Amino acid sequence: MKRKHQRALFVGAGLAVLALATTLVLNSLGQSLNYFLMPTEVLAGEDVPQGTFQLGGLVSDGSFEADDEMGVSFQVEDGSSSLSVVYDQVAHGLLPDLFREGQGVIVEGQWDGSQFVASRVLAKHDENYMPPEVAEGLKEMGEWRGEETP
Amino acid sequence: MSGFFEMGGYEAYVWSSYAMAAIVLVGLVVVSLRSLRAREAQLKALEEDQKGDAS
Amino acid sequence: MKAMSRLHQFANPMRFARLSQAILPWAIGLTVVLMAVGLYWGLVVSPVDYQQGDTVRIMYVHVPAAWMAMFTYVFMAAASAAGLIWRHPLADIAAKSAAPIGAGFTFLALVTGALWGQPMWGTWWVWDGRLTSVLILFFLYLGYMALWQAYDEPAKASRAAAILALVGVVNVPIIHYSVEWWNTLHQPASVLKIGGPSIDPSMLWPLLIMALAFNAYFVVVLLWRMRSEILARRIHIVLMQRAAS
Repeated sequence: MKRKHQRALFVGAGLAVLALATTLVLNSLGQSLNYFLMPTEVLAGEDVPQGTFQLGGLVSDGSFEADDEMGVSFQVEDGSSSLSVVYDQVAHGLLPDLFREGQGVIVEGQWDGSQFVASRVLAKHDENYMPPEVAEGLKEMGEWRGEETP
Repeated sequence: MSGFFEMGGYEAYVWSSYAMAAIVLVGLVVVSLRSLRAREAQLKALEEDQKGDAS
Repeated sequence: MKAMSRLHQFANPMRFARLSQAILPWAIGLTVVLMAVGLYWGLVVSPVDYQQGDTVRIMYVHVPAAWMAMFTYVFMAAASAAGLIWRHPLADIAAKSAAPIGAGFTFLALVTGALWGQPMWGTWWVWDGRLTSVLILFFLYLGYMALWQAYDEPAKASRAAAILALVGVVNVPIIHYSVEWWNTLHQPASVLKIGGPSIDPSMLWPLLIMALAFNAYFVVVLLWRMRSEILARRIHIVLMQRAAS
């Protein structure tokens, strides 16, 4: 009986130490585990990488523009600030199917101080799933809490 | 019915997903059952062997 | 004393054999029925998503596979802990038998995730917190299985593998909370969230039925694999006795 208790104690203590160590490591790594930065963080200029990095936010309503050569530009916002993104579909491929105004987006590229030159655009979707009729109904009733109304 | 197979133009992604699921799940069943049957047969042969030795 | 311990080794596997014989037909029937209902509901009856169209149907295999990948790991770690503490052979056998099933679920979650990500996100893969932590889960399963292969003695192998399984269990909460702790491309949880699921019932029902089907499937394959593992150990003992005599 005693040996069993000893082993149980050992396993429990080992797991506790492991959990503590993991918490400390994840805490110290902190924000470096983020996949993307927000516009506010980029404009603040702190920890903005020199080379290629990812920027995430919502595509501002009414900001999308396309030129004749399949180049596009749009604003990415995070609620408090926004910045402009340019993307060349000929050089880097078409926008993903889910890309639309009001939707989440992650763009990969470089910040030149005034605009973000993207070499890749990824669409981010939210955790809401529903049929089109339900989405329409919610919008009509003014119950919409999706991404289109910030 | 053609709409069902086309999956709104996403048929390649939807059907590949279900095909992968079928391959993995059925594959695990086949591998697991095969080893179970093989070991049952092996143990039976060994036990019969032992009986033969004893008599 | 020695006879007693051998009796202890055999008594439980025999009780387990009877129990598994009784459970298996029900579990097999449940798997078949739930799979059939879930597939029909998910592929035919359930509506398209307002944003994602028909690709939302990938959810009905992707999400159950991902849930079961984590559930199986927790099961494996719990069985490993029981094996370490009580030295119960059946616990080791359960953990060892669960690993390939969990690896299969994880692989399925990764592949179907890529097949969903490409049309919707515009990429098969990114190194964000969620996707990376699930890939680590897959490697933990592979490492666990490799450890069993690396030792000749089952006693040593089970201890080394159990320790790896327990160490790796910290990854499970990391997978779950990765989408909340860090900015990720992967969206947050839809079903297990505060305030209730944010999935329309017409999609939630087929999802839950498929999840139950995967669960029943896990029970079936786990029981088959455990019986096979018990037989392997009996064969090993018979062969050893024969070599000794």
